[in-house]
Amino acid sequence: MAAIAYRGLSAGAWRYFGPLLALGLLIAAGLAAFVYMETNGHFVTGMNNQIVWGVPHVFAVFLIVAASGALNVASVASVFGRTQYKPLAPLSALVSLALLAGGLAILAADLGRPDRLIVAMTHFNLKSIFALNMFLYSGFFAIVGAYLWFMMERRMNRYTGAAGLAAFIWRLVLTTGTGSIFGFLVAREAYDSALLGPAFVIYSFAYGTAMFLIALELAARWDGRPAELETATRLGRLLAIFVAASLYMTTVFHMTKIYMTRFHGVEAFLLVDGGMITAMYWIGQVGLGGVLPLVLLYAPRTAGTRSGVVAAAVLVVLGGLAQMYVTIIGAQAWPQQIFPGWQESSSFFDGEIHAYAPSVPEVFLALGGFALAAALVAVALKVLRLLPEPCTDSSSPPPTSPQARPR
Amino acid sequence: MSSGSRRGFLGTAVAALAGATIAPGIRLIDLAGARAPGEKASARVRWGMLIDTNRCATGCTDCVSACNKENGLQDTGRPKTDAQWIRKIDIKELKTGRQHSAPVMCQHCADPPCVDVCPTGASFKRADGIVLVDRHTCIGCRYCVMACPYKARSFVHENLSAQKPEVPRGKGCVEGCTLCVHKVDRGDGTTACAEACKAAGHEAILFGDINDPHSAISKRLRELPSRQLRADLGLDPGVRYSGV
Repeated sequence: MAAIAYRGLSAGAWRYFGPLLALGLLIAAGLAAFVYMETNGHFVTGMNNQIVWGVPHVFAVFLIVAASGALNVASVASVFGRTQYKPLAPLSALVSLALLAGGLAILAADLGRPDRLIVAMTHFNLKSIFALNMFLYSGFFAIVGAYLWFMMERRMNRYTGAAGLAAFIWRLVLTTGTGSIFGFLVAREAYDSALLGPAFVIYSFAYGTAMFLIALELAARWDGRPAELETATRLGRLLAIFVAASLYMTTVFHMTKIYMTRFHGVEAFLLVDGGMITAMYWIGQVGLGGVLPLVLLYAPRTAGTRSGVVAAAVLVVLGGLAQMYVTIIGAQAWPQQIFPGWQESSSFFDGEIHAYAPSVPEVFLALGGFALAAALVAVALKVLRLLPEPCTDSSSPPPTSPQARPR
Repeated sequence: MSSGSRRGFLGTAVAALAGATIAPGIRLIDLAGARAPGEKASARVRWGMLIDTNRCATGCTDCVSACNKENGLQDTGRPKTDAQWIRKIDIKELKTGRQHSAPVMCQHCADPPCVDVCPTGASFKRADGIVLVDRHTCIGCRYCVMACPYKARSFVHENLSAQKPEVPRGKGCVEGCTLCVHKVDRGDGTTACAEACKAAGHEAILFGDINDPHSAISKRLRELPSRQLRADLGLDPGVRYSGV
């Protein structure tokens, strides 16, 4: 394979710092929301003792799941030997690390006692999936960080394959762990399914590929040299497969639940008469996040176009957020049945569908995490040479330049 | 008297005096069921409750008021975020229309899901079956709230004032019924809710050691048919219900 040349983002000062400043403002808004929530307590959010995990968790879990999937391009290059993806592998690893950092930042900022983060890092209950995930997340940073280094450091190139394989296996375990946070909760009827682990793995492929496509498009435009159409359309075809697989997973998940009589109530709520939750599922997760992207990716008029692929990726991200909303908020909105077969009512809202309306601070906290991930990518692209020259693949040989480093 | 026998006599006298001084104290602690300071909770005991819904009066919330007073829980006017350690659930059987009212609180499971999921180990179960939250290591992630099948955990959503010294609480932490652990440990032999129910003349809540076959609760459990809430989950709660 021809040597790949890498370089940093070449956007000039104003062109570079303008968008970065916008991201900085969003991060600042997120920080302000964090301080406001922690000073006053969570009663200033839309969360309460019925809906204890809200929009921050929707965004955080989406970012964490997408982080795993953003590594797809690198995995395909290193583990499955598709060398045409190799030039984009470092960007894939970088986006992956940044998304995980953004997601974890939101989770940490939403804790009731974020000042006790050190307690979470020194006291472990190894039966808790949360505690195990802390090892999986920190391990992911270490392994993908090393993988990125091996890719970029010529002397370490020979270890790239091994690191790529380790990262691939690690991320499968990580996403299974993230899905299992919900799957193992027998107390909530919408969960209580071992399928959520594998479902999250499949979702991660779609969300991560979509986030990577958006990052690539933005980076390339920012750089003033759009990515090759061939790269975008090839990734688009990969995205289509993952979107179809995600639709399959959600269908199987709900079918298995519907098969069990005791889950008929919660399934009817989620899929038929749950109002906002049902709309989020059919319009958001299935329609915008599944069917429409497939149409865009396969319809003759849009299939081979950059705008078609990027629009599909944006829709997959929106659909992914809708899926997390249904999974996290929908499951809590459905009341827990403490006396099955009995109608329940109490001062603690037993037996009622729980309403949830996110407050402005928690939305900014969530957006702050997104902005943090984007800012991390932006800074790393400027200070490190991670973009291939040009933003393409090996099918078109890169030109040599004074900045180019042989690989 | 030789010096040897005099030394022996003195030793016996000191031992007898020490015994006479300390033993009554030990006996008193033993009788009251209280734990001496520093003494660990014993696995020989399993504290629990039997709630007889046939005796529980619909509309009566004396147990709830007593719990709130005992533990310093206040009404902020925001019911969705206020903590509730115990609440009365009015239930109506869908098929028959039979109605009951039942107090529901932490069920103090033998295999508590809240303890399983807690990342830091802040949720824990004492040897005597009481499930508690260590307020020093709770990070406020609310995973236990998600995991509890009885909706028995509350997250403290705002700053607290006028707390009870024996019941530490804190904004940003999760909490729930402690089975009045401070009363149990000092040997009161009951909980605030059980006391209030008794004072109201209902005696629907009976507290005691379900491991002791001679305790009142064990005798009543042998006489009355009772059930565990969500017994299908196999968590072995320490709180049993009769009448539903």
